[in-house]
Amino acid sequence: MAQYFDFEKPLLELEEKIAELKQFSQEKEIDLSPEIYKLMRRLVRLRKEIYSNLEPWHKVQIARHMERPNFHDYAPLLFEDFIELKGDRLYRDDSAIAGGIAIFQGTPVTVVSHVKGKDTKENIKRNFGMPHPEGYRKALRLMDQAEKFRRPILTFIDTPGAACDLGAEERGQGEAIARCLQSMSQYTVPIICTVIGEGGSGGALALGVGNTLLMLEHSFYSVIAPESCASILWKDPSKAKEAASALKFTAQDLLELGIADGIIPEPLGGAHRNVKKTAEGISSAIAQALEELQDHSPEALQTTRYEKLRNFGTIGT
Amino acid sequence: MLNNIFRKKRKYATVSSYQPKTTEAQEIANTSLESTSRLPDGLWVKCPKCGEALFKKDLVENLRVCTYCQYHFRIPARERLEHLVDPGTFEEWDRDLKTVNPLDFPEYEEKLAEASEKSDVSEAVLTGKGEISGFPVVLAINDADFMMGSMGSVAGEKIARAVERAIQLRYPVVIFSTSGGARMQEGILSLYQMAKTSGALGKLAQERLLYISVLTDPTFGGVTASYASLGDIQIAEPGALIGFTGPRVIRQTMRKELPSGAQTAEFNQDHGQIDMVVQRAEIPQVLARLLRVHQEGAKYGSVL
Ligand SMILES: [Zn+2]
Repeated sequence: MAQYFDFEKPLLELEEKIAELKQFSQEKEIDLSPEIYKLMRRLVRLRKEIYSNLEPWHKVQIARHMERPNFHDYAPLLFEDFIELKGDRLYRDDSAIAGGIAIFQGTPVTVVSHVKGKDTKENIKRNFGMPHPEGYRKALRLMDQAEKFRRPILTFIDTPGAACDLGAEERGQGEAIARCLQSMSQYTVPIICTVIGEGGSGGALALGVGNTLLMLEHSFYSVIAPESCASILWKDPSKAKEAASALKFTAQDLLELGIADGIIPEPLGGAHRNVKKTAEGISSAIAQALEELQDHSPEALQTTRYEKLRNFGTIGT
Repeated sequence: MLNNIFRKKRKYATVSSYQPKTTEAQEIANTSLESTSRLPDGLWVKCPKCGEALFKKDLVENLRVCTYCQYHFRIPARERLEHLVDPGTFEEWDRDLKTVNPLDFPEYEEKLAEASEKSDVSEAVLTGKGEISGFPVVLAINDADFMMGSMGSVAGEKIARAVERAIQLRYPVVIFSTSGGARMQEGILSLYQMAKTSGALGKLAQERLLYISVLTDPTFGGVTASYASLGDIQIAEPGALIGFTGPRVIRQTMRKELPSGAQTAEFNQDHGQIDMVVQRAEIPQVLARLLRVHQEGAKYGSVL
């Protein structure tokens, strides 16, 4: 059973009541099915209502949920044959980023993704999905190969941010990210980026320069973590909820701001409730995005991506 | 050969420049990310490194470098410009681009108004073209006094336009960075200025035009992770703090003190991130020498 969020408390109460009634009717051998049916319908209505009125801070909780599917959950459902390739050829392999080649709906592609762990042990191994420079250099190496062999690049974004320890600084975290940004803006193959969970700042953007940016319904993508924003602005990390609203970082906000191109619906209650269904949504959205780009020449793929970047931002007159 | 010349020069100029004691270096690191280039009121300024009292007028005349210990104080963009370009050659661009509040972010307008009052630039970067020892260049200079040099839509746009004009003019580009990173108040739009500026510099690179990045105190976050790190040649001022993550956050993450001198220009040079550390007074001359080698007509295979 999935863990409950605070805002799901009314659902939990209702579910408990239904379970109680069921048990009572069994024990006492009384038929309560009309009452139970009524409550179950109310449960569905309530869940729909709650999930169509989520606040940005609720989305943060969903996107960061321990049970939220990660790249390795989706890969076998999205690809016919994902072959993982490792290492940056310079220092080591960073498992906060996974990459490789695969067949996507009959087309060879290069795939790169942040990977968060699903439990504490895996999170320590993957540094909570926070890549070091070697992770970004692995991504760059694989994307350069995509350009060489003319394969579309599919990236998946799911990170709280880039690693923030001294080792990352010593090995040039800034330079590693900057090179990804520069190269991604120059490639002449299609690049489709999909935010599947948390998009945290420059560490997320390093995989986020594409022809198309898709976002899962309850994902978010922000310049700064809401907690950090609150502690800088109001010297009070507990105001993260307010910061979450001010930063306008939900999929719906980014669509409105013209940064995201499409939102992929999640099953009611979030992606973790039905991984297979979520993967189907991702798959068809990427397929559609690739189809829209199939008539573009290599030059046009580069030019339109650059034009897109050039238009981001708001300037007054 | 060239390397030797540079090393000799640097040795000559900065021989005693940066041997920070632990506590002192930490202290400088602690305070410097938040403060600006503004000097305190009064006629005298105390050097944060050696503790000497400096006559403010002398300090400004000495390019804001301590005459005793070579500590580099922050310098406003216009002051830097003055001693960088040949007199009368600078033409400023896009001064009229106006910053708005695209997300209706709380208190952003107030912060912008305050920044305009505190600085004499219209945004966190000033751009234009000018000449250095007769070599034409496109310039962008961050100003720490305007919201800590942070990059919002206008700063990103000004840099991208400057780089694109450099391509049209076939001029090299020199960017002086000093910045806390992305501008939080513009949210995701600010984040994508990193991609915009890196993309423009990618085009410049495709055109085989030179880009020199000069990193000054402090350069952090989204600026380090975009234009500041993409130079063909990376120069830094002595003692400048340069990094992706700020020292306070690293300390919190690692739950221990950073080694003395961490994230300084010298640290970055030791770790292979910087070609050379150059004293402020020497920068115009070093740039001129680099520009000379990269002159348009001087490429192998073309007629000199
Ligand atoms: Zn001094």
